[in-house]
Amino acid sequence: MSTAVQSSEEPRALPRPPWGRHLAAVAVLAVLLALLPLVLAPAQQAVAVRVLIFALLALGWNIMSGFGGMFSFGHAAYFGIGAYVSVWLLVERGVSPWIGMLAGMVAAALFAALIGFLALRYRLKGAYFALSTFAFAEMLRLLATNSDLVNRAVGYNVPLRGESSWAFIQFEPGAAEYLWIALALTVAALVVTIVFLRSRLGRFTVAVRDDEDAAAALGIPVMRTKLLTIMLSAAITSVAGTFYVQYYFFVDPDVAFGSSVSIQAILPAVIGGVATIWGPVIGAAILGPLNDLTATLLRDPPPGLEFLQGRAGLDVMVYAVLLILIVLLLPQGVYGAIRERWERR
Amino acid sequence: MSLLQVDNVSKTFRGLKAVDDVSFTVEEGSILGIIGPNGAGKTTLFNCIAGAIAPDTGTVRLSGTDVTGAAPHKVSKAGMARTFQLMKPFGSMSVLENVAVAAMAHGTSRRAATDAAADVVERVGLSRWRDARADGLPTAGLKRLELARALASRPRVLLLDEVLAGLLPAERLPVMDLLETLRSQDGVTLVFVEHIMAAVMRLSDSVLVLEQGRVLTAGSPAEVTRDPRVIEAYLGEEPAGAGS
Repeated sequence: MSTAVQSSEEPRALPRPPWGRHLAAVAVLAVLLALLPLVLAPAQQAVAVRVLIFALLALGWNIMSGFGGMFSFGHAAYFGIGAYVSVWLLVERGVSPWIGMLAGMVAAALFAALIGFLALRYRLKGAYFALSTFAFAEMLRLLATNSDLVNRAVGYNVPLRGESSWAFIQFEPGAAEYLWIALALTVAALVVTIVFLRSRLGRFTVAVRDDEDAAAALGIPVMRTKLLTIMLSAAITSVAGTFYVQYYFFVDPDVAFGSSVSIQAILPAVIGGVATIWGPVIGAAILGPLNDLTATLLRDPPPGLEFLQGRAGLDVMVYAVLLILIVLLLPQGVYGAIRERWERR
Repeated sequence: MSLLQVDNVSKTFRGLKAVDDVSFTVEEGSILGIIGPNGAGKTTLFNCIAGAIAPDTGTVRLSGTDVTGAAPHKVSKAGMARTFQLMKPFGSMSVLENVAVAAMAHGTSRRAATDAAADVVERVGLSRWRDARADGLPTAGLKRLELARALASRPRVLLLDEVLAGLLPAERLPVMDLLETLRSQDGVTLVFVEHIMAAVMRLSDSVLVLEQGRVLTAGSPAEVTRDPRVIEAYLGEEPAGAGS
């Protein structure tokens, strides 16, 4: 059959997915960021670590909600599981947080499979699905707050060892090792994202997101595809939780399972670009310093802004304004807008 | 044994019998055309056969295996593919990726799936649009994409829901040629719903006429179009050959 489709307008060609170039960019970024401790003051390095934690959180969220199209408003559940499982194993059993990290990933993935199955079994969609994820995260927060097993509302302090230890992820405050570890974890999450996207599972996930009925009719097992995607997403986000506790030496139910964590998993991806490989990283690089700036303003306001002294919630207001601007001006996020402009040239 | 055997299938929606006790068989390598006025239950019948909805009663057998009410992806694995009347592209993917993902769903490796997809895309005449985003295609392109994806799953039975509708007359001929090649060269068995009588007459070995969910009559294209009940119920509404 030779006659081509007749039409006057030509749709824009999609670039072939440049997987190799993405991986190369990840490698370059990793090397550059690994050198940061040489040039950054300790306070700036703390901001860099915060950026990486944001990025990890959001990279996890982006798998399920960006590429998978299943909007999660409850990623605090997986962050919290990663935090609590590892810190419980460390404090109560003396287990290395590296092993705690793996245990947290498994626990988060299993919990995700359970709530994913329930939500999908009862065919929750859109806002109802998002609300169900929120409800499960809140359930975990209340469970942690009321359970003696995990010290109720008090939570945990990470015991200080008095010496640097790779095995227990504990170093001098402000040590370069923290940044390197956070960087390695983020790079791993980026590589997993790229590998996922070009894998069979990744192609199925995007197909199911774009049209579930067509995907099923073509032989794609919709439920299994969705559950695997949710599990992968949860496992990545749980790693952020484990690292967070080791870095800040502290966790309680609000820090781990509070709704602000869920928002912090969403915002970097939305600001950077939902369902793009680099969106969460770029969004985190914008949000992290902003987060630090607002905290500094509240703690130590410059002349003329003294009324800010000691007030809480400025960061949330700034997020809100930023989010409104992004949604209005760059609906595809910063990375999405840049990519679009690049392709149009 | 018939390749596809549908026995006494019924489906009721809120008291409305969309499909009412429909039975037919399709032999391997043959082409069955299904016609009927709008609302006769053609798409619902397809949905019952392909597993998109479970029929209330009746059975669907694919080469002897009961697939009644099986999940759509299992029916697909069993060797049945379908296209959708209202096209359902994977909008964010390129045309090639759309087709490749269908091949992958049937166990082909990623690389082999891309090669196979390129062949199918060429075959349905979408080569020029290979790397275009699927949601940017015009209707004619989307219809061909439906067909291409279904073909990439290498079906034994292909259910086509109005693949010619929305195409210009000049665009229909190559699609009809393709369907004939599918049967003669690839041995694919075809069941197609179509309003365009010229296509039904040319392609079908036999024709099933549905009206208000029931089988009005069945037979060769010539027999069916001579049947006064068919002329009254369906062809009488519009001049015979409407749309061709």
